[in-house]
Amino acid sequence: MGQVEEPIIRVENLTAGYGGEAIVRDISFEVGRGEVFAIIGGSGSGKSTLMKHMIGLYKPLSGSVLIDGEDVLSAEGDQRFETLKKIGVMYQRGALFGSMTLLENVRLPLEEFTDLPPRAMDLIAMMKLKLVGLHGAEDQKPSELSGGMQKRAAIARAMALDPQILFLDEPSSGLDPLTSVEVDHLIVSLARSLGITFVVVSHELPSIFAIADRVIILDSKTKGLAAVGPPRDLQTNSKDSWVRHFLNRELIQDEIGNSVP
Amino acid sequence: MAKRPSPDSRRGNPGEIRAEFDPSGILKLHLAGHLDSGSTGGVWNQAMAALEQASAKRVVVDASEVDYCDISGIGLFVEVRRRQLKKGGEFEIHGLRPNFRKLLDLFDPSAFPGVPEKKQKSIDIPLEIGLAACRLWKDMGVFVAFVGEVAVALGRVAMHPRGIRWSQVAIVAEKAGVNALPIVALVSFLVGLIMAFQAAIPMRQFGAEIYVADLIALSMLRELGPLMTAIVLTGRSGSAFAAELGTMKVNEEIDALTTMGLDPVRFLVVPRIIAAVAVTPLLAVFADLVGVLGGSIVLVSLGYPLLTYVKEVISATTHVDLLGGLMKSAVFGIVVAGVGCLRGMETGIGATAVGDSTTRAVVAGIVLIVVIDGVFSVVFYQLGI
Repeated sequence: MGQVEEPIIRVENLTAGYGGEAIVRDISFEVGRGEVFAIIGGSGSGKSTLMKHMIGLYKPLSGSVLIDGEDVLSAEGDQRFETLKKIGVMYQRGALFGSMTLLENVRLPLEEFTDLPPRAMDLIAMMKLKLVGLHGAEDQKPSELSGGMQKRAAIARAMALDPQILFLDEPSSGLDPLTSVEVDHLIVSLARSLGITFVVVSHELPSIFAIADRVIILDSKTKGLAAVGPPRDLQTNSKDSWVRHFLNRELIQDEIGNSVP
Repeated sequence: MAKRPSPDSRRGNPGEIRAEFDPSGILKLHLAGHLDSGSTGGVWNQAMAALEQASAKRVVVDASEVDYCDISGIGLFVEVRRRQLKKGGEFEIHGLRPNFRKLLDLFDPSAFPGVPEKKQKSIDIPLEIGLAACRLWKDMGVFVAFVGEVAVALGRVAMHPRGIRWSQVAIVAEKAGVNALPIVALVSFLVGLIMAFQAAIPMRQFGAEIYVADLIALSMLRELGPLMTAIVLTGRSGSAFAAELGTMKVNEEIDALTTMGLDPVRFLVVPRIIAAVAVTPLLAVFADLVGVLGGSIVLVSLGYPLLTYVKEVISATTHVDLLGGLMKSAVFGIVVAGVGCLRGMETGIGATAVGDSTTRAVVAGIVLIVVIDGVFSVVFYQLGI
């Protein structure tokens, strides 16, 4: 289930949760290089928990996450740093540093981790902001921006070191429909032109259908995977009626036994 | 686990550059290898140096050997092109792979006139003074308005005591009062001990060591007990109030209270002020007691019986000394809690603003304590207390 030709992320028998209590249990899947991969599921099904374990913020209760063949958590020192350089993360609420301007936010990783001359860092940071459509807003503080602009700035900062994988936690939630479409376009164009792998946590179905090559659907009842595959395919062909209901935004009338396909 | 080789792997040759200058005015830059954020830095400096040195009419970049190039690498091309166009020269790029070419095309030169030089802000002293004065004036206005609001809210509570959440008052009283006992005790004990010790040495020369008891008792009860308590309260609780209310402001919790029809002053500020007024005098009594106890250690160690010390303390002080000090500490309580809450409610946006409010709360609290203490001294003196 969920095998791809050239995986860049491999999640193996992962049981994740906090304080010994599992939120997702024994799940395995792979994310292919250059793919836009979405993690979806109802509220409280552990989407963000799964993502935070994938980026190595928390130690899994059991199982492992391999990024480009390396275990993020067991790695130490330089090895760990090498792996972390491959990923960029956009947090749900942006997590931009409020005391810095947008340019400084994007520059920070460049200053810390590269030997580029200062003007080059400025230029590269400006180019990243241009990519996310924030050209001209370089000297603004995050607090002066709208929510959509903050999200896009957070994507620019996540891209500062040109990571191979970008993790986005709810990139389009709380955005107006047009801005949300802009963010979707941005993700697809970055994936196609730069070959960046995206792991997107979301529950915005229109956006999922627009961008995702494949999705996994988490099920809060079984704490496992309800489905893996291309979203359009699952929407019509999934054997699990709950998955079809979920993707078609239909209310479920009666209790349906959820079996993991 | 074996690593899979991949066309995209970053572990290729680091970026390289070779510059060739043709006397006819053509600078050829041959770039090769990986141009990513880690490896572009060295190449960047060399490219800029070559560009500077040659100041060629025409720059040709040969990128056919570039096997990987991310935005940092593209940045290099953009910068070379920008500099060349600025000088009115020509720029050409050859051999860049189509997928990287597409990236370069995202940044057209007209939209990227380059990085603006950072302007050094000049300091205009009269302007700064004027702005500071305006801020101070506004601040005073806010302060007066806040005092008014709190007074009104307190008046309402006096009329309708059930309109306030007393459980909240109890929680604040515990945090600001009970939990402050150890630190208040430590500070007062040491102040009493040190003061007695320092006073005993010169007074011994006059055979007047026993008057150390008078000194300690009067200064603790009238001044140091309330003052130490108030300063500890500012550091512990004034700052905590500012941080808590500031974070609530940042999280829009205060807006939520307002739209629910709950006055934030009544709901958040009044319970804190009531709790502070209730616990500060109690803490001050405790501080007085422990401070006097600290003084006793010195005298007892000098050979005076404890009873003599106690009698001297009692004869040196009156109820008025104690009550005057306690009244002061009640006022300190109001001021510290009020300023903490005010600064918290004024918080702007973001994490830095919360830190700023906390700092401002502590500074304003200590300044006000000292000023009010001075006012009290003058008033007590005039009243002959």
